[in-house]
Amino acid sequence: MLFKYEVEGGNFSKAGFASGEIKKILKQINIDAKIIRRVVVALYEGEVNVVAHAVRGTVVADIDDKQIYIRIEDEGPGIKDIALAMKEGYSTASEKVREMGFGAGMGLANIKKNADWLNLSSKVGEGTVLEMKTFF
Amino acid sequence: MVTVLYLFIMKLKKVVELLNAKVITGGNRLEDEVSFGFASDLLSDVLTVDSENLLLITGMANLQAIRTADMAEISCVVFVRDKKMTPEMAELASENGLVTIESAFSMFLAIAALHDGGLKPVY
Ligand SMILES: Nc1ncnc2c1ncn2[C@@H]1O[C@H](COP(=O)(O)OP(=O)(O)OP(=O)(O)O)[C@@H](O)[C@H]1O
Ligand SMILES: [Mg+2]
Repeated sequence: MLFKYEVEGGNFSKAGFASGEIKKILKQINIDAKIIRRVVVALYEGEVNVVAHAVRGTVVADIDDKQIYIRIEDEGPGIKDIALAMKEGYSTASEKVREMGFGAGMGLANIKKNADWLNLSSKVGEGTVLEMKTFF
Repeated sequence: MVTVLYLFIMKLKKVVELLNAKVITGGNRLEDEVSFGFASDLLSDVLTVDSENLLLITGMANLQAIRTADMAEISCVVFVRDKKMTPEMAELASENGLVTIESAFSMFLAIAALHDGGLKPVY
């Protein structure tokens, strides 16, 4: 099953919509609650990153009986140094993002912790692609 | 040999009583129980906590606090410092079955009252 959602940069009120929908779908197909939590926390962190750091993006989720594959692709500034961005505490979040309760530099590390497989690639000035997999 | 683990539990109605709080959503779920508390205004940090039966105490009254709680499987959120929930927050919270309450206590006082009542820290 393939699902697709749009993510708007800067619009915090909609951040988490895709995660909420994916959570409902995984519940419906009776995935273990602990696995659902790991998937949606990672997805939500990814969604918030698009809202916080990029201009616009899309979330594509592909679910079968063995796994969920998620691809979050955005148009935005991209990430120059991925290894640095993955470090806990590194953040370039704006004041506005911090006022919303984000920008601690914990998100990418938390995605890594929660996903079974992760791939992050980026082109500066173009955008970022975050892919992750979780096995059921 | 038998090892018995005692898990402290507190009913949400006790949380409401201790914090002199007002229930905004999930009023039918006050018999539900929590064991641990985590307090932060930083949602980034909340998302890194992996614990069941968790109560979130926060002064960050925005839609993302509700989303964060929902994604992290936190079933009850206390908004302290007299922060008021918006109608959009209440709508999202009840849609997802979250118990949300408002307390006029400072975060320090709310945490002290809950800790005195037996609620445990996550770490
Ligand atoms: N989609 C993205 N586009 C551009 N830059 C990004 C993107 N995602 C992450 N980054 C960069 O990587 C940094 C670290 O990201 P990470 O998610 O770990 O922390 P954060 O978003 O700054 O704060 P937190 O996730 O704790 O709220 C960001 O501050 C930003 O510089
Ligand atoms: Mg982030």
